[in-house]
Amino acid sequence: MVYYIPVLLILIIAVGMASVIIILSRLVGRSRPTPEKMMPYECGVEPVGTSRERQSVKFYLVAMVFLLFDIEAVFLVPWAAVFRGVLESETYRSLKYVFYGEMMVFMVVLFVGLVYVWRKGILEWNR
Amino acid sequence: MTNLLLEWLIKTIVILLILVTAVAYVTLMERKVMAWIQLRVGPNRVGLGKFRLWGLMQPLADGLKMIFKEDFIPGQANYWLYIAAPALSLIPALMTFIVIPYGSTITLFNRTIELHVTRMNVGLLYILALTSVGVYGIVLAGWSSNNKYSLMGGLRSSAQMISYELALGLSIVSVLLYAGTLDLVDIVNAQSGFHGLAWNIFRYPLLIPVFITFYIASLAETNRTPFDLPEADSELVAGYHTEYSSMKFVMFQMAEYLNLITASSITTTLFFGGWNGPFVGRAPFLGPVYFMLKVLGLIFLAMWIRYTVPRFRYDQLMRFGWKFLLPAAIVNIIISSTVILLKY
Repeated sequence: MVYYIPVLLILIIAVGMASVIIILSRLVGRSRPTPEKMMPYECGVEPVGTSRERQSVKFYLVAMVFLLFDIEAVFLVPWAAVFRGVLESETYRSLKYVFYGEMMVFMVVLFVGLVYVWRKGILEWNR
Repeated sequence: MTNLLLEWLIKTIVILLILVTAVAYVTLMERKVMAWIQLRVGPNRVGLGKFRLWGLMQPLADGLKMIFKEDFIPGQANYWLYIAAPALSLIPALMTFIVIPYGSTITLFNRTIELHVTRMNVGLLYILALTSVGVYGIVLAGWSSNNKYSLMGGLRSSAQMISYELALGLSIVSVLLYAGTLDLVDIVNAQSGFHGLAWNIFRYPLLIPVFITFYIASLAETNRTPFDLPEADSELVAGYHTEYSSMKFVMFQMAEYLNLITASSITTTLFFGGWNGPFVGRAPFLGPVYFMLKVLGLIFLAMWIRYTVPRFRYDQLMRFGWKFLLPAAIVNIIISSTVILLKY
């Protein structure tokens, strides 16, 4: 656990650095706001409507699909990290086909999931 | 304990200073490389007094100029989120580098110093986690500046980064099958055989396709061309940082180049032997030199791609990520694990 102390150290230093930069530019830079300058930038035209508009549901669907697949990818990481270790160890060597086969079944499920999402048209952006 | 704490503090500060300087000079390198590819000269005026020094003082001049620019907050922006967004994207970018080893050990003042800030047995997961946190800064910047271009940039960026993160994570799984550990120090040490040339990519030729998927995904993660849709200049002005000026803009730029440096370092660590190279066993100070050369080579490759390949269209980008890169990464895992199984 002691090796996580540098993470805390660098977090403190990085937060400090970011705040110093923000405060410094606030102090040093001049500020002359005008009504035109405060408007949202739209290439010089008067802004049309607001930017708090509705967005395409595609983004939401991609986020959902990402969550599902990312949890599955995280599940693969511990398996991959001990894969060689299991094959080399005397005790578990006899189980190596079970160890390999179970994950292959999982990968097939993962792949079927991807094909399902694909066929449902979630990955088609120009529809 | 106090000694250890002091060592960590010094290493952290030194690494941060090196990183910030490196970022400044990578921006200069980018402009120079761009200029040479486009048959121009690039920045070559700013030097010391009469000496021009090939524009080596340009980043300094840029930094000074940016500090004195107007720090501007748009009228309808969400004040606190608008201020917090650049910090949220800079802080994770600064934090990633501490687990990457850049040398073996050197002896300084009768003390054996290991050339990595810290090592943890979940090093790769730490990096993956922090790169995911980096998305928040971009999304919040896009949303809080209350500008349509920014919002589009932020949305695109979030969708793109989460799509390519899958391919990135699954490519790392293939490397893990061979490495058998998440600790980056152990991964590099395992590549030190055969006069320091037993790099993963030479030892296991099956990692070459994995390297290609990993590299493409990491280009997309760092928002580099051909995947720079979040800031596509020709359609979105500047994407998520359209409304940012002064040092807040600089923070976004710093985060972007820091991510490029970190991505190149991880690629070096996983595939190209980290700091390993010929004669590094006899002369440990060569370790950081080799590491730097490899990282610079990969950064140059990213720049070369940037000024050679045109930008994707958005639907092409999503199609490429989900329908090609992700299945390719899964197939890579299946092939690698089967080959390893058959070897034993």
